[in-house]
Amino acid sequence: MSEINNLKLCDLVDKIKNKKLSSKEITEAFINRSKKSSKLNSYITDNFDNALNRAKEFDEKPDFNKKIPGIPLAVKDLFCTKNLRTTAGSKILENFIPTYESTVTQNIIDHGGIIIGKLNCDEFAMGSSNETSNYGNVQNPISENLVPGGSSGGSSAALAAKLTPATIGTDTGGSIRQPASFTGTVGLKPTYGSCSRYGIVAFASSLDQAGPMTHDVKDCALLLEVMSSFDTKDSTSVEFTRGNYLNDLNENIKGKKIGIPKEYKVDGMPKEIEDLWEKGIKIIKDNGGDVIDISLPNTNYALPTYYIVAPAEASSNLARYDGVKYGFRSKGENLIDMYEKTRSEGFGDEVKRRIMIGTYVLSSGYYDAYYLKAQKVRRLIKNDFDEAYKKVDAILTPSTPSSAFKIGEKLNDPVSMYLNDIFTVPINLAGLPAISIPAGHDNNGFPLGLQIIGKAFDEQNILNIAYSIEKNIGYKNHINDWWIK
Amino acid sequence: MSDQNKEYLILRDDKEYEVIIGLEVHAQVLSESKLFSSSPTKFGSEPNTQVSLVDAAFPGMLPVINEFCIKQAIKTGIGLNAKINNKSIFDRKNYFYADLPQGYQISQYKNPIVGEGSVTLDMPDGEKMIGIERLHLEQDAGKSIHDIDPQNTLVDLNRSGVALMEIVSKPDLRSLDEVNAYIKKLRSIMRYLGTCDGNMQEGSLRADVNVSVRKKGETELGTRCEIKNVNSIKFMQMAIDYEANRQVDILEEGGSIDQETRLFDTKKNETRSMRTKEDAHDYRYFPDPDLLPLELNDDFINEIKKEIPELPDEKKKRFIEKFNLSPYEANILVSDIETSKYFEDVSKNSDVKLATNWITGELFALLNNKSIEITESPITSENLAKLINLIKDGTISGKIAKTVFEIMADSGKDPKKIVEEKGLKQQSDPKELEKIIDKVISDNPKNVEAYKSGKDKLFGFFVGQVMKQSNGKANPQLVNEILKKKLN
Repeated sequence: MSEINNLKLCDLVDKIKNKKLSSKEITEAFINRSKKSSKLNSYITDNFDNALNRAKEFDEKPDFNKKIPGIPLAVKDLFCTKNLRTTAGSKILENFIPTYESTVTQNIIDHGGIIIGKLNCDEFAMGSSNETSNYGNVQNPISENLVPGGSSGGSSAALAAKLTPATIGTDTGGSIRQPASFTGTVGLKPTYGSCSRYGIVAFASSLDQAGPMTHDVKDCALLLEVMSSFDTKDSTSVEFTRGNYLNDLNENIKGKKIGIPKEYKVDGMPKEIEDLWEKGIKIIKDNGGDVIDISLPNTNYALPTYYIVAPAEASSNLARYDGVKYGFRSKGENLIDMYEKTRSEGFGDEVKRRIMIGTYVLSSGYYDAYYLKAQKVRRLIKNDFDEAYKKVDAILTPSTPSSAFKIGEKLNDPVSMYLNDIFTVPINLAGLPAISIPAGHDNNGFPLGLQIIGKAFDEQNILNIAYSIEKNIGYKNHINDWWIK
Repeated sequence: MSDQNKEYLILRDDKEYEVIIGLEVHAQVLSESKLFSSSPTKFGSEPNTQVSLVDAAFPGMLPVINEFCIKQAIKTGIGLNAKINNKSIFDRKNYFYADLPQGYQISQYKNPIVGEGSVTLDMPDGEKMIGIERLHLEQDAGKSIHDIDPQNTLVDLNRSGVALMEIVSKPDLRSLDEVNAYIKKLRSIMRYLGTCDGNMQEGSLRADVNVSVRKKGETELGTRCEIKNVNSIKFMQMAIDYEANRQVDILEEGGSIDQETRLFDTKKNETRSMRTKEDAHDYRYFPDPDLLPLELNDDFINEIKKEIPELPDEKKKRFIEKFNLSPYEANILVSDIETSKYFEDVSKNSDVKLATNWITGELFALLNNKSIEITESPITSENLAKLINLIKDGTISGKIAKTVFEIMADSGKDPKKIVEEKGLKQQSDPKELEKIIDKVISDNPKNVEAYKSGKDKLFGFFVGQVMKQSNGKANPQLVNEILKKKLN
């Protein structure tokens, strides 16, 4: 591995600004390592040649005022990228080349970033292990045959394996934070409305948010600054003063009130996760923060609520993939036959499962009992957080109920797979920001993460708390390049 | 189709059935761009040239509400004397069809932008109020074309995403004439407001028709059938008449009506079952998570109220009071906004009574013959006013005016110029007229004798001769006076 690959995003920005490294050198280093890492299967589509040209162009006419000048980044394949294939991990979009750029990737490009490829993910971001991708499993660089989490599994793997200095994912129920937790990296889901959804292949519109995935909190603050913008092309985008997250990063958490929700102490939680949580609490106390026990009484209903709301929206969002306009089409005897064959062959099992759940819960006669009730419970879950935030500034929980599991282990047990999202889902339902940071290892040496949940639009606060914990917790990722011969 | 002043009833032996009609009118919002995208809405463009990524439902594309369309819907609501809702919600109506790119139509289901209102119809036996249930905004679908390619269906998405207002009436309509009056009134109001061009040929105004029947005197509503997508008043009337008779026949045979959706076959003049209640689509409506609820504060609504022009009902009242028109005349003149504008332009600069007569008489006949709109009239309001003034000040006679009008219709010329060029100016010089009259008298000695011996009717003969000699230009009033003097 080149030394360049070991550099974090902020370091690379410094090196490039100080002219210690060129964009071409950096881009080449990440491309070369990516090429050697095909065993991880983290890329669906690469953009290496094009990216190298971009890097050369940057070096010829550098603009060092940009936030990530000449920095190569691979991104989750859920972001539409102009002239670069975008599959959403699905067969149904296997040949889809957008003529447009998502707002978030456009922001990256506008700030000087160079897209080097599209990273694997669960099909339409539906999954927690990257096993539902039409383009195959992704290996977790931590250990062979370990899932990298999902749905942003290609992103977490590529980041942890240092194939990209940072990356972006999307998080509908934990799809950034859980894979970050499984790979010993940092992942932040911003407040709903912070990052534009324009040009992101939709899964569940009221829950989807794009966010940064990085090696540390500083990088995360920088990349969030790059990504987040008000966008009139997304009606749910919120106009608020976006912070100078990196510049205002501050490890002083003295006097900060941090809530510990009792409902997150679930039965059967592994001891190592409980210990990890205790470790986090101790660090906060040692640094002058106040730890306060709180209750989020409707937490138990979050997962069932999520598995009604998200599939309902998905069943409708995915109706456009019908073989008529773009993407995969199977031949049929007539229109209905064409629809059935196209969608049967074009979608994988998990996607079909969720379309069916979603169609069911929206059906006449079931709507009130499922969808409408779920919306009401969603409101209660949000109220829980509102109540809690009258007493505390942020909330600390584990990111996941377990560490990464083996490939195939949960594939045939959807409910057990869904349980993975138990700590992350409530945050999406409430539209709040949350960050997962690596905090320790389990007995197998697999990473474990802690989650800090903030008030709406209070990203700076959770970044600061995460920064403080990161400085004190002394986490190091153990990666031995097992996949490179 | 039905006798104007008679009740519309279906008769079977000694039984009378009343027909209950409700209309769901789909009116295309007059707007440069679509409801949720900036694509243009021009009618008749090449297929698939007015389609954005949003209209074609590309991955990751999101709808953004067009504020102008919202204002248009509010204006229309105000024109329908309806309640404007401070909060309304856009829902997704889910179904698969080749010309529905999203796989759902964005519409408003439980919470429409406009609530209850009413429309007043002027029927021969007086005014009738028709209740409005609601008005909501929705996207139009694209168009499937089945008859170009024998193997494939082609899809044109130009219309996909165009804003429609669905205006739902209460089941208050009772006759084909009321349906006619209702559609025309809605069209008139929307054209006054500039919210819909009302062009039925281009599909800007279409309707789903709900029909049920019941024995006269009953108060419960019968089971209704919905006839989908009828695009002219004539077809609506034909469809209703067929459907009402079909339902009565079933009831007469002891059967019962199945609630269903039907299609009107314009070639066979019959309605046919499209789907029964059992196979009705389950549209799985739910609030569109890509759009926030539409919240309108009172200030916003009040600002729009200020922009509302004088509407047909008020204008009619004003015309009656100010111009002394009969309600019948006023109705004719206000029903189309362009006609009312034309009338006001003409009457502003000329005699109101003559203006009324010329517009409702000669001008309407001309427009009718040429099948053109008043805005396309070769005779401008300015020129018609000039013509009327030429009559009024005695420059030309009413008869000559008709000749001038015809020339104006062909040439679009200024009537003053026509009168000058063709020498049509009325002969009003008594001395000149006397010369002609003297000649007529001396040329017809026998008739003079006959007249003097009591054949009074011959007076007309002399007038005719004078007019002929003067090429129709003689001032008829003066001719009368002088002739009488000379002959008596």
